Amino acid sequence: MLHTKDLDQMLVEKSKEIEAGGHEKYHQKLKEQNKLFVRDRLALLFDKGIYQEDGKYANNLAGDLPADGVVTAIGEINGQKVCVMANDSTVKAGSWGARTVEKIIRIQETAEKLRVPLLYLVDSAGARITDQLEMFPNRRGAGRIFHNQVKLSGMIPQICILFGPSAAGGAYIPAFCDIVIMVDKNASMYLGSPRMAEKVIGEKVTLEEMGGARMHCTVSGCGDVLAANEEEAIQSARQYLQFFPANYLNKPTFIEGKLPKEGKSLQEIIPVNQNAPFNMYEGIDTLIDEGSFYEIKKLFAPEIITGLARIDGRPVGIIANQPKVKGGVLFVDSADKAAKFITLCDAFHIPLVFLADVPGFMIGTKVERAGIIRHGAKLIAAMSSATVPKISVIVRKAYGAGLYAMAGPAFEPDYCVALPTAQIAVMGPEAAVNAVYSNKINEIEDPKERVAFVQQKQQEYKETIDIYKLASELIVDDIVPAAELRRVLIDRLSAYETKELEFVQKKHPVYPV
Amino acid sequence: MKEIKASMAGTVLQILVSEGEEINEGQVVVMLESMKMEIPIESGQIGKVASIKVEIGDFVNEDDELLVLE
Repeated sequence: MLHTKDLDQMLVEKSKEIEAGGHEKYHQKLKEQNKLFVRDRLALLFDKGIYQEDGKYANNLAGDLPADGVVTAIGEINGQKVCVMANDSTVKAGSWGARTVEKIIRIQETAEKLRVPLLYLVDSAGARITDQLEMFPNRRGAGRIFHNQVKLSGMIPQICILFGPSAAGGAYIPAFCDIVIMVDKNASMYLGSPRMAEKVIGEKVTLEEMGGARMHCTVSGCGDVLAANEEEAIQSARQYLQFFPANYLNKPTFIEGKLPKEGKSLQEIIPVNQNAPFNMYEGIDTLIDEGSFYEIKKLFAPEIITGLARIDGRPVGIIANQPKVKGGVLFVDSADKAAKFITLCDAFHIPLVFLADVPGFMIGTKVERAGIIRHGAKLIAAMSSATVPKISVIVRKAYGAGLYAMAGPAFEPDYCVALPTAQIAVMGPEAAVNAVYSNKINEIEDPKERVAFVQQKQQEYKETIDIYKLASELIVDDIVPAAELRRVLIDRLSAYETKELEFVQKKHPVYPV
Repeated sequence: MKEIKASMAGTVLQILVSEGEEINEGQVVVMLESMKMEIPIESGQIGKVASIKVEIGDFVNEDDELLVLE
């Protein structure tokens, strides 16, 4: 005759069994791959490693599918309540059965009603094909996970940490998240595996080539942060979350401000020669609290820099051209990178600071055929419709649509400020003189006379775009010396804190894509 | 063999190395001009310049070979 304490004892043993995950040989395999067991990941992710788990007993009657291969839990990160889904790759390679999918959907529903961030710790081979009828096509099948992600997008932060594969349909979990942190050499994502590609289309490539973390963080732009190992990836997610409120109804929190990193001043960094490169990272360092920069898509489209930072303890989103890479010119990828970052910050009330030194969008057949016009329009649409405080700093040049892309005056930045080095124009002096006087220049026979003529016209042009002239016409709101820029940003961001603006009432835009 | 390619379309402004020269990772080997900007092209690795594929004034498209390392 069983007593209650016997039942309790059986439960304790069963629970331990489940918490041990899959067979020992799969744990061994993890060690060989420098991977952590799912519950060890959660111990690092959550404050004090504490969490409340739902659905631990899912599929417990099967015997070899503990928790049906996924842990779904509520816990805290830096004191902020969060929900988490984490695949267990020791259980059928982290693949999805019917109950796996149901657990994921339920933790999404929990995050929605608690209005807290949701993290997806992905390490999964994809669907269990043997169970596909139960988990793939139905209303509460796998597709529902993605439908929910789209519903939750912008309502709560959704973060993906990719530790292993996210194959086929599973690759959409990262795709719908605000940010994807990938572990180098282990994380991978692809719609079709190399094995499938060889069978179905005849292509022969390695896993890294098809969908490795490095490829996605440098080439495709599907990855945002490349972490060297699992511990770094988890720390990165913890750091990222600190910039965000729990949900869209709250504002981000301040912390204690810090002075910027000691180093060269902005005046020393910006060269007098408008066509010479400089390192915009050094410029950013002079403006933000030391050590506060969290860069997003660092390895992708490096001609533009996007990252979260703090200015006197306040979270901000920085978008800055990088003249050292491709002259800071805007390309298809840079437009996409900036557009996503702007919508991320706007969704969660993070003010935007644009640092412009941009010769314009790239020209030429290669980019035209890649659709630079519509990608650039996407960037401009995102910036235009952002209603967070928008500050546009014209650091050096801002020509043509480059000015527009970097929140130029027509797009209602709250403050458009120029440094004395600023040059704003539809195009630079050389291109402009070439366009307007091309016939005249060709008529001049003497080469010395031609050069003198061109130089004179360029000088006249430079005078028309003198920054004091533009400020006189109220084209820019202010001119400040480089040394005062941080102080000015601190004051202005404080002033615009109470900004409340609805862009337009309508169902939704027809977004350029 | 490793090729150093143009990062964007433009014209060759300066060639800063010569054939047979040993170069370091991160060293600027060619200066392009594009969009009226000076575009430094850096080597991604240590190596010895095997051949230079362009001359000053040449138009190059994105991904065109500029020089080849051994």
